[in-house]
Amino acid sequence: MALKIVKGSIDRMFDKNLQDLVRGIRNHKEDEAKYISTCIDEIKQELKQDNIAVKANAVCKLTYLQMLGYDVSWAAFNIVEVMSSSKFTYKRIGYLAASQCFHESTDVIMLTTNQIRKDLSSPNQYDTGVALTGLSCFVTPDLARDLANDIMTLMSHTKPYIRKKAVLIMYKVFLKYPESLRPAFPRLKEKLEDPDPGVQSAAVNVICELARRNPKNYLSLAPLFFKLMTSSTNNWVLIKIIKLFGALTPLEPRLGKKLIEPLTNLIHSTSAMSLLYECVNTVIAVLISLSSGMPNHSASIQLCVQKLRILIEDSDQNLKYLGLLAMSKILKTHPKSVQSHKDLILQCLDDKDESIRLRALDLLYGMVSKKNLMEIVKKLMLHVDKAEGTTYRDELLTKIIDICSQSNYQYITNFEWYISILVELTRLEGTRHGHLIASQMLDVAIRVKAIRGFAVAQMATLLDNAHLLTGNTQRNGICEVLYAAAWICGEFSEHLEDPMQTLEAMLRPKVATLPGHIQAVYVQNAAKLFATVLQKHEGESDSQVAQETSQLLIDRLPLFVQSANLEVQERASCILQLVKYIQKLQQKNVEVAEEVTALFAGELNPVAPKAQKKVPIPQGLDLDAWINEPPSESESEDEKPKAVFAKEEPKHSRTKHTEVDEKELARRREVRKQEQANNPFYIKASPSSQKVYDAPGVEHIPVVQIDLSVPLKVPGMPMSDQYVKLEEERRQKAKAERKKKEKKKKREKRGKERKADSGPESEEDIAPAHQVDIVTEEMPENALPSDDDDKDPNDPHKALDIDLDKPLADNEKLPVRTHRPEVLKSPADDRDSESFPLETKKKSSKEKKEKKDKDRKKSKEEKKKKKKQKEVEEEPLESQLEEAVQSEEIQEVASPPTSTSAEASDLDFWLSTAPVPPATQDVTAPPSVTTVSASSAAAPDSEPEEPKETEPEDTVSLQKLSKHKKKKQKKEKEEKEKKKKKRHHHHHHHSDGGGEDSVQNGTVEEEEEEPLPPMSNYSLLAENTYIKMVYDIQGNHQDESKVVVSVIFENKSDSFLKSMEFNVLDSLNSKLQRPEGAGPHDGLTVPFQLPPGVSNEARFVFSVQSIVMPQKLKGTLTFIVKSEDSSTHEKLDFRLHFTCTSYLITTPCYSDAYAKLLESGNLKGSSLRLEGINMPFHHLLARICFHHHFSVVERIDSCASMYSRSIQGHHVCLLVKTADQTVSIDAKCDEPSLLGNVLDEIKQTFSKC
Amino acid sequence: MIKAILIFNNHGKPRLIRFYQYFAEDMQQQIIRETFHLVSKRDDNVCNFLEGEVFHPIFSLIGGSDYKLIYRHYATLYFVFCVDSSESELGILDLIQVFVETLDKCFENVCELDLIFHMDKVHYILQEVVMGGMVLETNMNEIVAQVELQNRMEKSEGGLSAAPARAVSAVKNMNLPEIPRNINIGDINIKVPSLSPF
Repeated sequence: MALKIVKGSIDRMFDKNLQDLVRGIRNHKEDEAKYISTCIDEIKQELKQDNIAVKANAVCKLTYLQMLGYDVSWAAFNIVEVMSSSKFTYKRIGYLAASQCFHESTDVIMLTTNQIRKDLSSPNQYDTGVALTGLSCFVTPDLARDLANDIMTLMSHTKPYIRKKAVLIMYKVFLKYPESLRPAFPRLKEKLEDPDPGVQSAAVNVICELARRNPKNYLSLAPLFFKLMTSSTNNWVLIKIIKLFGALTPLEPRLGKKLIEPLTNLIHSTSAMSLLYECVNTVIAVLISLSSGMPNHSASIQLCVQKLRILIEDSDQNLKYLGLLAMSKILKTHPKSVQSHKDLILQCLDDKDESIRLRALDLLYGMVSKKNLMEIVKKLMLHVDKAEGTTYRDELLTKIIDICSQSNYQYITNFEWYISILVELTRLEGTRHGHLIASQMLDVAIRVKAIRGFAVAQMATLLDNAHLLTGNTQRNGICEVLYAAAWICGEFSEHLEDPMQTLEAMLRPKVATLPGHIQAVYVQNAAKLFATVLQKHEGESDSQVAQETSQLLIDRLPLFVQSANLEVQERASCILQLVKYIQKLQQKNVEVAEEVTALFAGELNPVAPKAQKKVPIPQGLDLDAWINEPPSESESEDEKPKAVFAKEEPKHSRTKHTEVDEKELARRREVRKQEQANNPFYIKASPSSQKVYDAPGVEHIPVVQIDLSVPLKVPGMPMSDQYVKLEEERRQKAKAERKKKEKKKKREKRGKERKADSGPESEEDIAPAHQVDIVTEEMPENALPSDDDDKDPNDPHKALDIDLDKPLADNEKLPVRTHRPEVLKSPADDRDSESFPLETKKKSSKEKKEKKDKDRKKSKEEKKKKKKQKEVEEEPLESQLEEAVQSEEIQEVASPPTSTSAEASDLDFWLSTAPVPPATQDVTAPPSVTTVSASSAAAPDSEPEEPKETEPEDTVSLQKLSKHKKKKQKKEKEEKEKKKKKRHHHHHHHSDGGGEDSVQNGTVEEEEEEPLPPMSNYSLLAENTYIKMVYDIQGNHQDESKVVVSVIFENKSDSFLKSMEFNVLDSLNSKLQRPEGAGPHDGLTVPFQLPPGVSNEARFVFSVQSIVMPQKLKGTLTFIVKSEDSSTHEKLDFRLHFTCTSYLITTPCYSDAYAKLLESGNLKGSSLRLEGINMPFHHLLARICFHHHFSVVERIDSCASMYSRSIQGHHVCLLVKTADQTVSIDAKCDEPSLLGNVLDEIKQTFSKC
Repeated sequence: MIKAILIFNNHGKPRLIRFYQYFAEDMQQQIIRETFHLVSKRDDNVCNFLEGEVFHPIFSLIGGSDYKLIYRHYATLYFVFCVDSSESELGILDLIQVFVETLDKCFENVCELDLIFHMDKVHYILQEVVMGGMVLETNMNEIVAQVELQNRMEKSEGGLSAAPARAVSAVKNMNLPEIPRNINIGDINIKVPSLSPF
């Protein structure tokens, strides 16, 4: 043995170590690859030896070779061997090699689990450290699952060195094993306040990384981070926190308000540029998230802009660059404050640093206005001329086009100018963006009708001078422009002054050198031109011109017929034959022009690029279904009849569908035509609109004569400057005129008030030179309005979108190592580290118990109450009162995660109050308050009330109160009911008539029992003397995150109500869908006005994330009341109540499917007992169906099974049984909290009757 | 998050590569080449950030426009960090500075040769600064202390290169092909925007 070791170390003498290898490679520069391959052979030999030192040395060399690009994965097993050495030296080498070359599909990784676990628990902190470092690079889902618990233990290690590494690596573990996030999170949170700054920094780092991807889950940590921000002195930590706040503020504007002050202080005080920069960035984010109601709003912006200016003016290029970057963020919301620094930014365009120039360009994009567009583009054109290097020049070119075309050519006042800019850009040699210019030309010519005449003239010039653009054709991207030119000239040929000449230009032999697709367009459009020429000259006494044209085509087209390009060939030969035929007719003096023109009649309308995507899939169409069954692999006879059967069935149903679809299509076509007829922006296909053409202002612009002697410049083109001058003159004139008018007005109004500014003209003052319709792009009818941004479905962070505030459930514990995996260890045997998940487990079970108790109490109390209430059907007043309590409580009690609401309201409190230490208050209602209110139901007539009034009260006092009110109620009862009926008659046609609600009729009196009151799902939203709003919420199967709120507005006054604006304060969970471009606090305009006594319905779409809990949103309706002599601005606050029921959709279910569903075992059960229900069973079912969107699956005597589905696909199954006035409902659902809430709501429904 | 750390010299020869996301070897080499092409074109007096340039394939290689390259150029070496938007640009520049200063301390006047012959050591130092793509420690003294403690441990174990092998190395050391410039941090005037201590 000893001998062996001696021998080993002697061998070692002659082994190469890393240094020798490096040296060797450097000495073999000529035959490096060969040398390395011999080295690899040596390494392979070394790896075969038993001596671990030799192996480690070999692995170390492999790591070096890996850097040079050699695949060393073949040595993975040896690396594992070295990793498991007991010596730190070798272990470190092994882990380094592993971290460089292991990845998820390295199969030996699974051998390492135990070794790594051993190292993690090693007494030597560096063994542990090395293992953690290595693991951070190659952790796999399996490793993460198996080691999560060990690493979590290490987070509380005594050595800060280990703690910080363990904390950091948790992030990787979360990514690979998302289930570990919730159990580990509390400890991670603890580490934010670790005494060691390194550990603290690591925790901040991890949470920031997590929060960046799913910020809403981390809002509740804001107070803690706020404390850290104001106390920490570590710039690195500060930067991270400030960046995190930047991500959080968009979700919670109140947070921003709180942040502004400390951030401003930091900006003033810090000397670290990095910190200053991040502060400015976050302040910007805050300002973006805040609505403009802040008092020191502009001061903050000014501060930011001013600091950024200092950065931009700094000689350090890095600061300059970042300054510009941040400036562009401000620009989005506060363009005015940035625009005043235009000089500085234009200056940056001259910077020697290309990155800085590009940033400046980005900024310019946002800085343009109608006023300065021409000026800025002129400057850019100068830069285009100066620019060396095609990449930067191309970038300039795209930017110019971007700037001009942004938001639907919003800033262009003169399209002639724009066309000439585009034409000027065609001078650029060797640009890659020919197609971009071309598509702009096409777009403008198609969508701006008034410009066609001018555009056609310019394009004709371009075609005439095509040889200048096609200097060295094939690799010159600019010839793409000719594609556009030819098409525009052909399509709008009626505007051509001399179609003959253009036609001639398009048929020159040189054209044949152009790329095929351009030639094809040439040929096709030559035919269009031909048609125009024919039409122009027909009827003239001598038909010579027309015949000459035919001859020209017949002469030239054969060249294209021989083209190698199929498309060109096909079109050319087709058109050639056509022309020959026409020539024949011409010789017979037959009038053909009309028919030839008819070939190209009609107009193309622009279609929105997303149009296809937005066509909703019609119901019943399954795109994944086979049209023809794929041939079955086995051809056994048994299967054949089956296949036939399967084939025939769907076929049958499909034909049905298409029939319906065709009818539907025809109907839609009609509707669309109607719409188009009413749309002033829509260009109709009638030929008259093309012919009757009048472009004001085109005539006075001279098309400069062609001067062919100037080479390499498209002559007559540098015209855009003229437009700048012209435009200025025009504006001057307009301004002068306006002034005159103003003066006149002033004279009239003299003494009343002084006109504010006659200084710089504002945006609105600049009228466009042409009255320009910009044709909007066509969208399919019933296209969905939403623009769901396509998130990457593979994003690993998606899995980490986990609610962290919910208490842990039993099954969420991290898996713990066990000797035999199938035997579950008792918790006591586990290491003390286990105490944490254990605790929560106990806690949660305790909570459950509590809840059960509560439920029991609840139902008892209910019984009592029921007796008292007896016949009293509805007590609006009482329910109003109780609703107040209930609104808080339902959320409180019905939802198991008590900590959620507690934390949320902690946050609310922290955000709403001034500098109170965040941890000390306790505003949440004590959970012991029982839900009496549940018995009194969400009365439809309840008024919206102030939330803070609803402090929890004791049950007893509440009951007293209700007694007290009873007398009054009886009196009022009658009245109210009348009203209610009236209202119902008004609205019941809106109800979605589900199930068996034919019983709706309020006057059914044959029944022994009391008649079923009329049912409507519309409930009161808010009401005042002017207006009454009732609403209903419906889900939609096709979109699992959207519900539609239908609100009926009823004008109760004698005045006219108009300018109604509906706004809701979004919560994290539910958001009002606002149109694109609207801010998160903008209201939605109600699309109608209300004359006195009239009511109308509007629908609002809300997006919801979680549907398992009911929710209330506060909102306001503002409107103007206009009577004959006055108009006042009024508002009405309301509360939208999203019950869980509203997320359910009536879905039929067959009994066998229902049975299967119940058997699947995925559903969790719960039950409910209702007593004192004395209504017929079918009324009871009808109510459940109607109010809670269920459908009856099966009914046997006094027992029925019911089914419903939530918009997110949760199944809800009910088994309803009744026996003398007692109804028991057994329910099952895959989402227990949803089920609990639905049952509560059902209970409320029945407590009302 | 830091996605990758690359160190290469003025000719594009890699001296250290550290990817925090898996890329196959040939992909790694391609990324190094592209990065070198991008970075080496730039003057020393332009800004040290490269991001989202549509015209460069490097960003599609690395994985999107969220990433940017932040680099510093010291004498013969480029230190390039590829990071996403969660990192502060100036912070990373400082971090590179901290890393280089740490190298300088550990190698006593670090030069390219140190990196060439002791790639493993450089890795060990880097491991104390960045772990799994996240910044672990920014305090230079702490980093140096940990590195030294580990080195001491290695020494106590006898080290990888036992005495005899070292003697051989010493002999071989005689014919060094070239002696590159020293990249003594103290001598090169690097402007660090925020020199406040971390």
